[in-house]
Amino acid sequence: MSTSAPNSYRTGPDETGLFGIYGGRFVAETLMPNILELEAAYAAARKDPAYEAELTDFLEHYVGRPSPLYFAERLTEHLGGAKVYFKRDELNHTGAHKINNVMGQILLARRMGKTRIIAETGAGQHGVATATACARFGLECIVYMGATDVDRQAPNVFRMKLLGAEVVPVTSGRSTLKDAMNEALRDWVSNVEDTFYCIGTVAGPHPYPAMVRDFQAVIGNETKQQMQKREGRLPDSLIAAIGGGSNAMGLFYPFLDDPSVEIIGVEAAGRGVDTDEHAASITGGRPGVLHGNRTYLLMDDDGQINEAHSISAGLDYPGIGPEHSWLNDTGRVSYISATDDEALEAFKLCCKLEGIIPALEPCHALAKVMEIAPTKPAEHLMVMNMCGRGDKDIFTVAGHLGVKL
Amino acid sequence: MSAGTRIEARFAELKAEGRAALVTFITAGDPGYDASLELLRALPGAGADIIELGMPFTDPMADGPAIQASSLRALNAGQNMVKTLKLVSEFREQDDTTPIVLMGYYNPIYIYGVERFITDAKAAGVDGLIVVDLPPEEDHELCIPALERGLNFIRLATPTTDDKRLPKVLTNTSGFVYYVSVTGITGSKAPDISRVAEAVSRIKRHTDLPVAVGFGVRTAEQAAGIASGADGVVVGSALVSAIKDSLDDTGAATETTVGNVLKLVSELAHGVRSGR
Repeated sequence: MSTSAPNSYRTGPDETGLFGIYGGRFVAETLMPNILELEAAYAAARKDPAYEAELTDFLEHYVGRPSPLYFAERLTEHLGGAKVYFKRDELNHTGAHKINNVMGQILLARRMGKTRIIAETGAGQHGVATATACARFGLECIVYMGATDVDRQAPNVFRMKLLGAEVVPVTSGRSTLKDAMNEALRDWVSNVEDTFYCIGTVAGPHPYPAMVRDFQAVIGNETKQQMQKREGRLPDSLIAAIGGGSNAMGLFYPFLDDPSVEIIGVEAAGRGVDTDEHAASITGGRPGVLHGNRTYLLMDDDGQINEAHSISAGLDYPGIGPEHSWLNDTGRVSYISATDDEALEAFKLCCKLEGIIPALEPCHALAKVMEIAPTKPAEHLMVMNMCGRGDKDIFTVAGHLGVKL
Repeated sequence: MSAGTRIEARFAELKAEGRAALVTFITAGDPGYDASLELLRALPGAGADIIELGMPFTDPMADGPAIQASSLRALNAGQNMVKTLKLVSEFREQDDTTPIVLMGYYNPIYIYGVERFITDAKAAGVDGLIVVDLPPEEDHELCIPALERGLNFIRLATPTTDDKRLPKVLTNTSGFVYYVSVTGITGSKAPDISRVAEAVSRIKRHTDLPVAVGFGVRTAEQAAGIASGADGVVVGSALVSAIKDSLDDTGAATETTVGNVLKLVSELAHGVRSGR
């Protein structure tokens, strides 16, 4: 599907939360007052220099920003084409980009006088980031996590508990990330007065997709400046992995109106998009309505939501942020996919050549860097978002490599 | 709407009788198509004045465990939108007066196609719709087209719907207003009867529509308490729990399934009738 190109790709969403036909506010009436309150509070905070200053200060001294833009020299030599840079968001406090958004939302929750924070998590990275910020500010923190993920991400469950969060294993539905999000929404419906729902990705009802994007846009803004300093110009291409799509949206957004920059999102193809076991919502799904927004979803012909599959728990979600759906339909961003096996190969290569143990999520993007970079000339500047580190994944990887730890 | 829908006719009748309506919720196709049809056909005789029929969905975000499980039972038994509408048609062959309201979430309707859904629902004999995840902000999606074609669109008002927001919620609501008695999910907390009465009066200051109250109503006593001030009492989780409790080890209906539910419906109907 292709629609005519807008004058700017950076004006969305409209006042009803729509990016083209995507986004919106598809929530139960009980939540509408909360959604509207959040929208107003966020709009006010954005205009307040004190909020901006506080967030910037925490990003610098607590999160550790700016993250480096690193020239992956040995990988570049190995691939023999484009000059490959990594945006090192895995070096953030808590080991992933998730904390950028969490700091923004938790500071907002404090402004709003909310004392109880809830979150959903899949791999546990967003849960750990939320638990971390809640510990820092002495806020009650409840993290909903599919029972299946609680089992396969035990180290992160322990981290969250150390940080003082309550981790609630979700056994409803099919016990994965989508069910954790359902359960978090149920909690919010039941505790509207004092509770702030800290969503971990660029999805959910308006204003979440735009708000989370704004908080993550620090990734792209830094990249732009850093590349200017290193190479004196814009990069030629950007590439990032997509589950819900927050790290990708954060990298892409500041470049959307720079037409010379080619932008590529990589979904998780699991065991292959032609199988039932993948998490590629755009490549293998179609538009529908879930979790407060219209977007590409994995579902059957009756509109029942399908389970996603990916080796990476962080990409294991049957939807994608609505702005990505719109960027796909307008053609501004190309969405492709990488399989579990391709991601594992990329994982091994990155460890060996760059001395960086990447999370399995960015390995999906890296797998496509390995494919695309050799087809580009040496002056082509390619930036991949290294959005998380792989400590959490070593057990999964060991299992796939047949190694017993 | 010249002739009015079955919902409007039913509330007018009950007003004349001086009592509230018992609105019963079951999920279409739970625990299987045949048992669900048998149950549906027997509900009016047991005292149900209006039937809410759940359109099963994998991700019912505003529902508690009982209705989630009910939805999954129906889906596992092969229920889908085509079969749900067929269930209504088959019910209508024998009953042309009991109103049927389809209740659920937007995605299965969106995927079925909004126009096609409205056409087929009308043809099947559906009177109204409750779509949990379509607040007034999304009225253009389904609410307006459905109203234009003569279906009632019943909106949920909640304890968080304050006087400022209430007019917005009521604007395109028709048939009745469904007051959610608790801030929470279906089948969770028990409603506080006196606060519910206050809320019903508050809503009635803004509308002439009947107000039905649901979420958390399980017993005849609660039903009686709510019926004293409201125009209708909605019971759902308690009924689908009665279905669940009657199933055999394989999750199939047993001889007691329909009977158990009907017994509870009769008790609730008594409660509602003794409310005023």
